Amino acid sequence: MGFITDLSSILLGGLAAGTVLFIVSVGLSVTMGLMGFVNLAHGSFAMFGGYVIVLAMNQAHFGFAAALALGFVATAALSVVLEQSLYRRLYRAGELDQVLFPIGRIFIFIAATVLVVGPESQTLQLPPALGGQLNLGFIQYRTYSIFLIVVGFLIVLGIWLAFERTRIGAQIRATVDNRRMAESLGINVDRLFTITFAFGSGMAAIGGGLGAEFLGLDPQYALKYLVYFLIAVSVGGLGSVAGVYCASLLLGVLDFALKLYLPKGGTIFIYALTILLLLWRPQGLFGRKET
Amino acid sequence: MTAASPADAATVTAPAQNPAARVLIRRHHLRWWETLPWIAAVIFYFAYPDYLGFGSELLITILFALSLDLALGYAGIITLGHAAFFGTGAYTVGMLSFYDIWTEPITGLLLAALAAAIVGFLSGLVLLRTRGLTLLMLTICTMALLQEGANMARAYTGGFDGLPSLTIDPVLGRFEFNPLFANTQYLFSLAVLLVCFVFVRTLVYSPFGQSLTGIRENVLRMHAVGSPVRRRLIICYTISAALAGIAGGLWAQTNAFVNLSALDLDRAATVLIILILGGYGRLYGAFVGAVAYLALEHFLARIYPTAWQLGLGLLLVFIALFARNGILGLGDAMWRRYSSRRAVS
Repeated sequence: MGFITDLSSILLGGLAAGTVLFIVSVGLSVTMGLMGFVNLAHGSFAMFGGYVIVLAMNQAHFGFAAALALGFVATAALSVVLEQSLYRRLYRAGELDQVLFPIGRIFIFIAATVLVVGPESQTLQLPPALGGQLNLGFIQYRTYSIFLIVVGFLIVLGIWLAFERTRIGAQIRATVDNRRMAESLGINVDRLFTITFAFGSGMAAIGGGLGAEFLGLDPQYALKYLVYFLIAVSVGGLGSVAGVYCASLLLGVLDFALKLYLPKGGTIFIYALTILLLLWRPQGLFGRKET
Repeated sequence: MTAASPADAATVTAPAQNPAARVLIRRHHLRWWETLPWIAAVIFYFAYPDYLGFGSELLITILFALSLDLALGYAGIITLGHAAFFGTGAYTVGMLSFYDIWTEPITGLLLAALAAAIVGFLSGLVLLRTRGLTLLMLTICTMALLQEGANMARAYTGGFDGLPSLTIDPVLGRFEFNPLFANTQYLFSLAVLLVCFVFVRTLVYSPFGQSLTGIRENVLRMHAVGSPVRRRLIICYTISAALAGIAGGLWAQTNAFVNLSALDLDRAATVLIILILGGYGRLYGAFVGAVAYLALEHFLARIYPTAWQLGLGLLLVFIALFARNGILGLGDAMWRRYSSRRAVS
C-alpha cells in the first residue's frame, strides 16, 4: 500500500510540474519550429505574465480565472508589439545575433521587474476551491496538482485539435515541415508567425501564473528555468506539440522523483538522460528528420 | 581535364602569382595597430598599479573569449557550454595544488590545458555530429553534468564551497605568486595571453584556419571539396578547449581558489556575450568585448546593479539589431562609410 501511495504521489506531483513546463514551453517549440529562431528569452514572457496574474490577484483582487485571462491577453499583446517592432528585423540575421538579442531582452526584463515591482519573490494565493486535498479513492492528493494535470490535458487536446482540424493549424504544420514550399504555396508565413508567437507567449504567461505557486516568481525566473524550457523543447522535437508534452511530463516526473530521493545532485541524471536522448535522436523524440 | 592540368600546375607552383594566395599571405602580415593592445597592457601596468588584480581578471577573460572565438567565431560551433573547459582547467590546477601534488604554475597550466583538451576531445567526438539547437543543448548539458559532478564529488572538489587558499610556487622559482603580488600575477597572465594569442593568430591564418572558416560559411561545399569536416571540427574544438582550460587554470592560480562558479552557465553566457559584443571571428573582438564588458561591470555594477543590467540589456539589443558583429563590426561599417564618402568627394 505504501509503495502505491508513494508512486502515485510522485507521479501526480511530477505530472503537475511537467504540465506547467509544457504550458510554458509549447509556444517556444512551435515558434522555433516555424522560424528556427532560438528565443532564449521565452521564459521572460512567462515571468511577465506571471507577474501580471499575481499582481492582478493580490493588488486588484481579480479572480483566478479573470487574472489568468488578463495575463494571457497582456502578454500576447506585448509579444505582438515586440515581434512587429524588433524580432522581425532579426529573422534574416545570423544565428549569433539571434542569440544575443534574447539575452539582452532577459536582462532588460529582469531590471525592469526589479525597478517596477521590486526584487522580492511574489507569492500566489490560490482560490479556496483549489486549496485543499482531493480524495481520488486510492490516495489523498492536492487538489491544485490534479487541477493542473487536467487543465494541461485539456490544453494539449485543444492545441492538437487546432493543429489537426483548422486551416491555420494545417498551415503551421506545413510551414514547420518545409517553410520555403509553404511560402511558395502562398501561405503568409510572417502573419502565421505573429499569430503563433502571440499565442505561444500568452500560453507562457498562463504557465507562469499557474506555476507561480510552487516554482515561485522572482526577477531571475527566466534565467533560472531557461535550461528546463530548452530541454523540454529540444528533447520533444521542434514544432511537435505531442513531443513537448511527453518531454515535459517526463522531465517533471524525473525531477520530482530525484529531488525527493536524491536531493543532492540528483539533477545530474536529468542532464545525462538529455544528452543520451539527444545523441540517440538529435531531432528530438517526436521531431522529424531534416530534409 | 588533361588539357587543363598544365595550367593548374603552373598556378600551384607559383603561389605569388595566384591572387587568392596573395590575399591569404597578405592577410597574415602583422599590421601596425596590432601592437596597440600590448602597448596598452604595458601602460596599464605602470599607470594603474592599484588595479592590477582587475587587470589580471581582464587578461584571463580575454584569453577565455579568445578560446571561444576559435570554436564559435571561426569554426561556427554554436556552444553555450564553454565554461566546461574553463572549469576543467580550474579544477585541475585547484586540486593538484590543494592536495600538494603539483604547484608549479607553468606546468600546472599545461596540465590544465591537457585535462581540458581531453574533455574537449571526448565531448567533441560525440557532440559535433549535431548542430543548431541540439548542439547548443548538448554543450549546456555537458557543462551542467560536469558542474553537478563537481558538486557531488565533495570529498575531492570541496563541493559547493570549493577549494580555498591554494598555494602556487613562485614563477620560474623566483617571483612570489599569490594575490598579494598582483604585479607578478598581471605580468604572468599577460605573458600567457601573448603566447596563446600568437598561437591562435598563427592557427587561424594557416590553411587549417582557412578551412575552419570555410566550414562555418558553407559546410556542404566543404564536404563537396573533400575536406574532412568532422575531424577538423573536433581538432578545433579540442584546441579551443585546451585554451579555455589554460584560462581556467590561470583563473584558479590568480584567485588562489576554485569553486563551482567556474563551471556555471552564467560564466559561459557571459563569455559568449563578451565575444559577440566585441565581434566574433576576428581575434580582436575578444579584447574589445572583454574590456568594454568588464570595465562597465566593474565600475557600474557595484554602484547601480539594476541600472547595470538594464544598460547591458539595452546595449545587447542595440548591438543585435543595428551593429551586426559587435563593436568592431560597427567600427568597420563606420569606417567603410567614411572612406566611401571620402572617395566620392
